[in-house]
Amino acid sequence: MAALLEVKGLKAFYAKTQVLYDLGFDIAEGGITTLLGANGAGKTTTLRALCNMVRTEGTIRFAGKDIGGRPTEEIVRQRIAHVPEGRGTFTTLTVDENLRIAAYTRKDKQAVKAELDRVFGYFPRLKERLQQQAGTLSGGEQQMLAIARALMLKPRLMLLDEPSFGLAPLIVVEIFKILKRINEEEKVSILLVEQNAALALDLADYAYVLETGRVVMADRADVVKNDENIRKSYLGY
Amino acid sequence: MEQFLEQIASGLANGAIYACVALALVMIYVSTDHLNFAQGEMAMFSTYISWQLMNWGLNFWVAFVLAVLVSFVLGVIIERAILRPLHNAPVLSVVVVFIGLLAICNSVAGAIWSYLIKEYPSPFPKSTFGFAGVIGPHQLGVVLVTLVVLALLFLFFRYTPLGLAMRAAAQNPQMARLVGVRVDWMLALGWGLAAAIGAVAGIMVAHIVYLDPNMMSGILLYAFAAALVGGIGNPGGAVVGGFIVGVLENMVAYVGNMIEKTTGVYIIGNGEKLTVALIIVIFVLTVKPAGLFGRVVVKRV
Repeated sequence: MAALLEVKGLKAFYAKTQVLYDLGFDIAEGGITTLLGANGAGKTTTLRALCNMVRTEGTIRFAGKDIGGRPTEEIVRQRIAHVPEGRGTFTTLTVDENLRIAAYTRKDKQAVKAELDRVFGYFPRLKERLQQQAGTLSGGEQQMLAIARALMLKPRLMLLDEPSFGLAPLIVVEIFKILKRINEEEKVSILLVEQNAALALDLADYAYVLETGRVVMADRADVVKNDENIRKSYLGY
Repeated sequence: MEQFLEQIASGLANGAIYACVALALVMIYVSTDHLNFAQGEMAMFSTYISWQLMNWGLNFWVAFVLAVLVSFVLGVIIERAILRPLHNAPVLSVVVVFIGLLAICNSVAGAIWSYLIKEYPSPFPKSTFGFAGVIGPHQLGVVLVTLVVLALLFLFFRYTPLGLAMRAAAQNPQMARLVGVRVDWMLALGWGLAAAIGAVAGIMVAHIVYLDPNMMSGILLYAFAAALVGGIGNPGGAVVGGFIVGVLENMVAYVGNMIEKTTGVYIIGNGEKLTVALIIVIFVLTVKPAGLFGRVVVKRV
């Protein structure tokens, strides 16, 4: 299958500090790809670079189109949804508003309504909390809200930055199950960044392992998972 | 007693003006964390524009609408041309720019229209607005107009997609970008709206304070006090704060006059009204920095 996202020679900088060095990777359409690596390997920065949220060099092609250097909001409108580290909740807005904001450019109210209903199919709990201020949701609910909001953008590619962060193991399992469903039912390709490598490798088809801003290994998820050397040296479990 | 009610009524009318300017301040504050010191002078400039339009023969309300629209556009232009390049500048640079803007508005207005104090008409005829003895026709009109403007703004922010996008952009700009909101334009729009609200306030107050390039300097102070009382960063609070400050300043003067009348000792009176605003500012900042309605954001991790 043709690659949905092709990244070549990606470099990223915070002020003068270079964080990514000639990173290259592909994401297959319809698949789940995971980026693994220790703290500071550049996982989050890679996601931020894809949406031009840090100073970036290199080529990024999405669905055959060059998107490198475009403003963040334009990249998002190409249907790339980014669920950022820390969930990016609009804390003072209600749950309903948090969801609707993702559809604010769309004129067709009926379609947005249908979209909301579809999203509630995955996250029924959000429906019960529609008028609640989003900042008062639990961590797990906020993560669900973030994924639900990303879905409202009708993405072709969803970038997820540590969806398991700070959540109880049971909630994490629930969320990962939903991600699998979203991937299969909505045909949304997923790029998943995770600290929890075991969890990510169970979900993903393909894995890239990063170390200090470089790809040190790329292979099918089950291969990476069963390679004891890699696990011990890079993934720490 | 009647005098007491009169004082409350005129306090509410002044409060409506403070509320508008305070709201303009808060609108820019919530999205940029900057206090626009030039807000008052921008409003003054807008008022001159409306005066000029009327001078050219336009009807008051036509001039009012046109001046508000022109102010909106000027606000957007100021943001795009002057503040956008300062996006990453330190706070002090921005403050200096605001003060420069204040001085520029003031002297340009002076250069075009001179510093001579001008009379400014009231659009509210006695015949329809003068039914009550307690509140004057202009005061009543001012309260009504500002309430309509505030209601429209509330509806805009609460119920329209664009209003939602503006709130989202102010609250979490980075995340707003990630859902496709053009945050830069939302900021410019916020400036435009603030300038437009300021224009309403200026045009409404000009009949009371008369038109001159320094007409808004005192009002801006009251508006600061109002925004602080309400909790800077809370639009609803700014409006309530405006009315509180307006009534409070009149009450202080009223009580002072009563004391003078009964005891013959002068403690406080009309001359100290502006002092009241400053005392409020200091009092709020020391005792309750978050203001009356300053919301402590509930956030769970």
